[in-house]
Amino acid sequence: MMATPADTAIRVQGLSKSFGSVRAVASISFDVVRGEIFGLVGPDGAGKTTTMRMLAAVLQSDEGEIIIDGVNVAAEPERVKRRLSYMPQRFGLYDDLTVSENIFFYAELFGVSRTERTTRSETLLNAAGLLSFRRRLAGQLSGGMKQKLGLVCALIHTPKVLLLDEPTTGVDPVSRRDFWAILYDLRESGVTIVLSTAYMDEAERCSRLALLHAGSIRYCDTPARLKEAMPGALLSVSAADPRGVREALAGKPGVLGTLLMGDRVHVRVDDAGNRIPELQALFEQRGIATAPIERAEPGIEDVFVALVGGGSRS
Amino acid sequence: MNLRRLLAMALKEALQIWRDPRSLAVALLMPLMQMAILGYGVSLDIKHVPLCVYDQENSQTSRAVVDRFISSGWFSVSHVITRYSGIRRAMDRGACIATIVIPVNFSRTLSATGSAPIQAIFDATDVNTTNIALGYAQGVVAQANADIVAQWDAAHGVQSSADSGVQLDPTVWFNETLDSRYFIIPGVVAVILALVGAQLTSLTISREWERGTMEQLISTPISALEVMLGKLIPYFLIGLVDATFCLSVAIFWFDVPFRGEIATLFVTTALFNLVVLGIGYLISVRIRSQLGASQIALLVTMLPTTLLSGYTFPIDQMPAPIRALTYIVYPRYYVTILRGIFLKGSGLSDLWGPMIGLSLYAAGIIWLAARAFQKRL
Repeated sequence: MMATPADTAIRVQGLSKSFGSVRAVASISFDVVRGEIFGLVGPDGAGKTTTMRMLAAVLQSDEGEIIIDGVNVAAEPERVKRRLSYMPQRFGLYDDLTVSENIFFYAELFGVSRTERTTRSETLLNAAGLLSFRRRLAGQLSGGMKQKLGLVCALIHTPKVLLLDEPTTGVDPVSRRDFWAILYDLRESGVTIVLSTAYMDEAERCSRLALLHAGSIRYCDTPARLKEAMPGALLSVSAADPRGVREALAGKPGVLGTLLMGDRVHVRVDDAGNRIPELQALFEQRGIATAPIERAEPGIEDVFVALVGGGSRS
Repeated sequence: MNLRRLLAMALKEALQIWRDPRSLAVALLMPLMQMAILGYGVSLDIKHVPLCVYDQENSQTSRAVVDRFISSGWFSVSHVITRYSGIRRAMDRGACIATIVIPVNFSRTLSATGSAPIQAIFDATDVNTTNIALGYAQGVVAQANADIVAQWDAAHGVQSSADSGVQLDPTVWFNETLDSRYFIIPGVVAVILALVGAQLTSLTISREWERGTMEQLISTPISALEVMLGKLIPYFLIGLVDATFCLSVAIFWFDVPFRGEIATLFVTTALFNLVVLGIGYLISVRIRSQLGASQIALLVTMLPTTLLSGYTFPIDQMPAPIRALTYIVYPRYYVTILRGIFLKGSGLSDLWGPMIGLSLYAAGIIWLAARAFQKRL
């Protein structure tokens, strides 16, 4: 067993997994520090779920090593499972059991004492806004409530590491807020959280991010430093016809990239000061009506596209 | 092995069965229906065998013999003919399976010598039916003869010796195993237990895969053995309830004589249950779709229990290679055991042969099942 520094909750080294000829995860390495919310960000098919499954010890890796809380996952998968909680992407609880029954089942599997179960489920259900739904069958909950119940069940024992695979996909904004409130509380109490997401706004909430593309980690840093690492400056152009704007900019000197953001276009340029008047002139010349061009703060999506390339969801 | 996790699993599974109308129907209604269908439908007994009567004498005595055939319930007279050639015609048309011919001097010979022949002709196209009908006919004649001999003795003031008068073959003398229902019903119980048990358990693991609950389950510390035992406990109890129900119906409704001990029955039934559940579980682990699993379960329980267990087709009459094959068919042992307990009153010490067979089977299947499930995607 490899010795890990006391503050390292998860150490992943050279982790790979192939399905047939497809290399789903290609030799990735990262460390997660205790108490971090670590985000695996990337489009569908980037290898997020495969990585999460290997971390959760439900999928065997082809190569590489995972150490969670000082335990080698490949060597002692069952010992690791006692220390972590895993919420799969697809709802993994029993539709034909009630909210309380699902909680009871998972509490028993993790050997949670009766008193602890009572107080913990009370607190968690309250935080999730599910207190009045205790007798409802899980199958009759809304998508957001299901995900929150999943979290409650995952947290009914006190895990050291929480693994969440796209936990808020298909979740309404209110439930998402509840969800994140619980995650922040957990971080306060020292739980290490790894979550995967395709939502860039959600990625911003993580303390550190790994940008995943085609099975590899392209960048891994805090959201702030990733933004700093983004080459060039970001401009925002509001227009009635954002697609027209985008087409007009194609291949123009100094334009590093464009990204459609609803009725705006994010334009990455090499030098904001010089390019703003140039672009303004270009639009006037082409007869494209736009609001005045502004400088914009990059979001993770801009960063992802700039650093990794390719489009992403949301 | 952790008892809490085991019980949690068992409780969870029981709740799911309770809330699943399909599982409940299979667990509770299927045995009821099958008991009725197989108990009544698959009876090998033949009643009202169409009988052709050619009474050449037509005397009081000869008519009394014909009446005996009719009142036995096994035969009903379909034809009364007056010429020998009529027999051939009636047989050819399939209008009758058996014909009795009472000779013209029947009553005279009988009163003079105490013995008289009756010719019985059978249509042997269906050997099985003929055998049974022949047995019935012998029974009817034998009973009639008993009265006739007694009357003759009384009339002549002598005691006929055992070998005088009408000779009877004692092997067919109302041999009660001629009632095939006694033979069939214990087999029916085995068929039902195998079908229901394997059907229910075949769904238990595949359901978790299909509904997407397996991934989360295998991420918990529950062991593969705890999953298996926890899941099998409720089905084991259902199996025992079903067995109690089916065996009660056999005893109290179909009047199958029960000569053995309840304890023997319980032990052997529990063992059989274990085998059946193990097989269902094994299928469930291997096949990740519920539909596929239940189809396979049907196949591996239905075919061997109905064809090779000796439930309907006697094992002694099978060709040697097939007979050898029956030894690897688990219901064979249970059917033998059940018949032994029911009809012969056999105890565990008499049944050690099939008991060993069944025990080995149970141990093997459970061992395989315990190893089959891996906590991996």
